[in-house]
Amino acid sequence: MTPRPHPGPGTSGTPLADLHTHLTAHLDEPARTWLARALDEAAARSGAHGPISAWELRLAEAGRRCGAEHADAVRVLILHAAQAGPDALTRVYHQGTAAERRAVLHALPHLVTGPEALPLVEDALRTNDTRLVAAAVGPYAARHLDAHNWRHAVLKCLFTGVPVDTVADLHQRARADTELARMLDDYAAERTAAGRPVPEDLHRALALTDSKACKASDASEAKES
Amino acid sequence: MRIFDPHIHMTSRTTDDYRAMYTAGVRAVVEPSFWLGQPRTSPASFLDYFDSLLGWEPFRAAQHGIAHHCTIALNPKEANDPRCTPVLDELPRYLVKDRVVAVGEIGYDSMTPAEDTALAAQLQLAADHGLPALVHTPHRDKLAGLRRTLDVVRESALSPEHVLVDHLNETTVKEAKAAGCWLGFSVYPETKMDEERMVAILRDYGPDQVLVNSAADWGRSDPLKTRKVGDLMLAEGFTEDDVDRVLWRNPVAFYGLSGRLDLEVDATDATHEGNSILRGGE
Repeated sequence: MTPRPHPGPGTSGTPLADLHTHLTAHLDEPARTWLARALDEAAARSGAHGPISAWELRLAEAGRRCGAEHADAVRVLILHAAQAGPDALTRVYHQGTAAERRAVLHALPHLVTGPEALPLVEDALRTNDTRLVAAAVGPYAARHLDAHNWRHAVLKCLFTGVPVDTVADLHQRARADTELARMLDDYAAERTAAGRPVPEDLHRALALTDSKACKASDASEAKES
Repeated sequence: MRIFDPHIHMTSRTTDDYRAMYTAGVRAVVEPSFWLGQPRTSPASFLDYFDSLLGWEPFRAAQHGIAHHCTIALNPKEANDPRCTPVLDELPRYLVKDRVVAVGEIGYDSMTPAEDTALAAQLQLAADHGLPALVHTPHRDKLAGLRRTLDVVRESALSPEHVLVDHLNETTVKEAKAAGCWLGFSVYPETKMDEERMVAILRDYGPDQVLVNSAADWGRSDPLKTRKVGDLMLAEGFTEDDVDRVLWRNPVAFYGLSGRLDLEVDATDATHEGNSILRGGE
């Protein structure tokens, strides 16, 4: 058995039309047909399977219908077709498998404009499942996560081995963040004291906090939400 | 030797076990939902447990190179507790999930009317969801329990070829086989089956439809018993193909009836860059 790389963490940053084009090109015929029907059902919000709606059933079975490598993108498209708002996304997240939860996190920047879905991001950041942590630090978190929780998210990525490049808008949000710099310095000191290597990603993130590294024209956009 | 443990409660095991299992050849497991040792007092406790079987535990297994699936059900013991039985109403939304490969463990513990009801209802749920069923046979009054189990299976919408009857032994294997069910054996350090008796049963009944599991949990049990049975089979003259059939192909065939087996292991080291389209062409 060859290990299968998990779906790319960038689903949340890809235009939905591009996701659809990619899937159409890569799914086999039965999966393509299944997806078209699932999207129609979701758009019509039609039908039910026992206690759950048809589109939520499609969301649950996306992995076995389209393959695990395509499931994130398929689920994001179904959530979009169903026009899932914060309430539906919260329900689907809490009733979902880890794979469904990851898809909800990827869908947030496409479907929720305000901060209402932040509890889902915070829930994912409390887990130790690196696939959920990676999905949580996408564009939605970059837009809405407060400074304290965002810094802890960056630190958690370093702790759990999630590449810091996964953190959306890292360059912008890290810039001139002296508190993040202090936390990274302290973590590096703790690693060094224990005789453990300091992750290369830590040095990279630390360099981004250097205010001198930023262009003067961008400085006013530095976020301290 | 590639090994699929078709019945093991990894929630109760350590990461050292995962590591040892991988070293021994285990590449896939099915974790049936079951009793936790401490009685549950509400459906919510089941839901957190089911969520763990579909969330944290597969992640933990994948970190050690092992593909994890689960079976979902109200277990026989807690089917007797009216505080727990409302969880039956929650099962349908779990039975549609990817990686749920059977309804189970269901069956009898003390052979009560409440257990009759839960067993019949859950066999029907399996049929409704296109899933096979993992049916536990009772520890006490085992042969009578097996016969009653087979009667309920015959009356159900599920065909015997979609039923794995588990925890069999010398006294129950013959009737389970005659009924056309898949045959599960749990190999334990002191109770249930041991390696020598398991090999003797394989010699008498052949490897067709036979699955061997460790059923390892929080009790005195050993997650490497599958490997030990494989080693003894070879030492006793079985071929590598026989071993592969019992320890890999039979569980793949049985749980494959669900159409939901996915034996590739997701990389969880978080170092994969993702493909360019999913990363927005970056």
